[in-house]
Amino acid sequence: MHLSIALAVSALLFGVGVYGLLARSNAVAVLMAVELMLNAANLDLVAFDAWWRDTMHAGQVFALFVVVVAAAEVGVGLAIVLAVFRLCETAAIDEVRALADRDPVLSSAAEAEA
Amino acid sequence: MTLADAVFGLLGVVCLASAVLVVTSRNVIHAALWLVVCFGALAGCYLVLTAEFVAWVQVLIYIGAIVVLMLFGAMLTRAPTGQQQELDSRNRPIAALTGLAAGGTLCVLVVSAFRGAYVDVHHVAVGDGKVIGTAVFRYFVLPFELASVLLLAALVGAIVLSRRPTDRRDPTP
Repeated sequence: MHLSIALAVSALLFGVGVYGLLARSNAVAVLMAVELMLNAANLDLVAFDAWWRDTMHAGQVFALFVVVVAAAEVGVGLAIVLAVFRLCETAAIDEVRALADRDPVLSSAAEAEA
Repeated sequence: MTLADAVFGLLGVVCLASAVLVVTSRNVIHAALWLVVCFGALAGCYLVLTAEFVAWVQVLIYIGAIVVLMLFGAMLTRAPTGQQQELDSRNRPIAALTGLAAGGTLCVLVVSAFRGAYVDVHHVAVGDGKVIGTAVFRYFVLPFELASVLLLAALVGAIVLSRRPTDRRDPTP
């Protein structure tokens, strides 16, 4: 089969993941978009492994390592989401602004007062 | 155009369509279930690319563990209850532009760079458990051990993070 089909699917999947990462406001949905991007990288690794006919099978082994890291990331990420939810009672990451440099809502209210 | 091309193309279309539904669905639970379809299609893609062991790991770890963890997270943050909560932030147009630019640029770049590259799937050593196990334990032992330590650290970190604050005993009663 042609390698470019796999590469095109992988690149488009990565683009979809980028869109989801930026457009979603729910933290769990953002984690799903990150998983899509990791899977795009995995597809590339496996496709190049098959194309290269690697005797060490480095591409497939690295794909397995990516799966392991993704599992660890999701575990810690969901624990952080739950901790934030317990603290702020919201899973919408746009509303968690305690570390924001400049709060647009508050600053526009202050400008209106001034 | 061979059979492998056709099967991979169909699986890729299914994968991309369900991925779009994952990032556009209004309900977190529906998004998680579309994620199952997407990962299943990707496992089929790995099978076409002769990566048998990776395909089963994809089914077991991603569909079996990670999506279930996502569902737990969605339920515990009470996302799907009652009214349809707004899932998308205000910067959707910019996000769509960035995603299209990133995906389109990557797609054009890699497809033009590897134009005519051909994977002869009939003459590739099938990546079954024996082959991948040999590769892992012959060439990648140290990264394998590091991955196990990473998983242990992530497990301990997740338990510590998700512990309730009331569990902490006051040392000075």
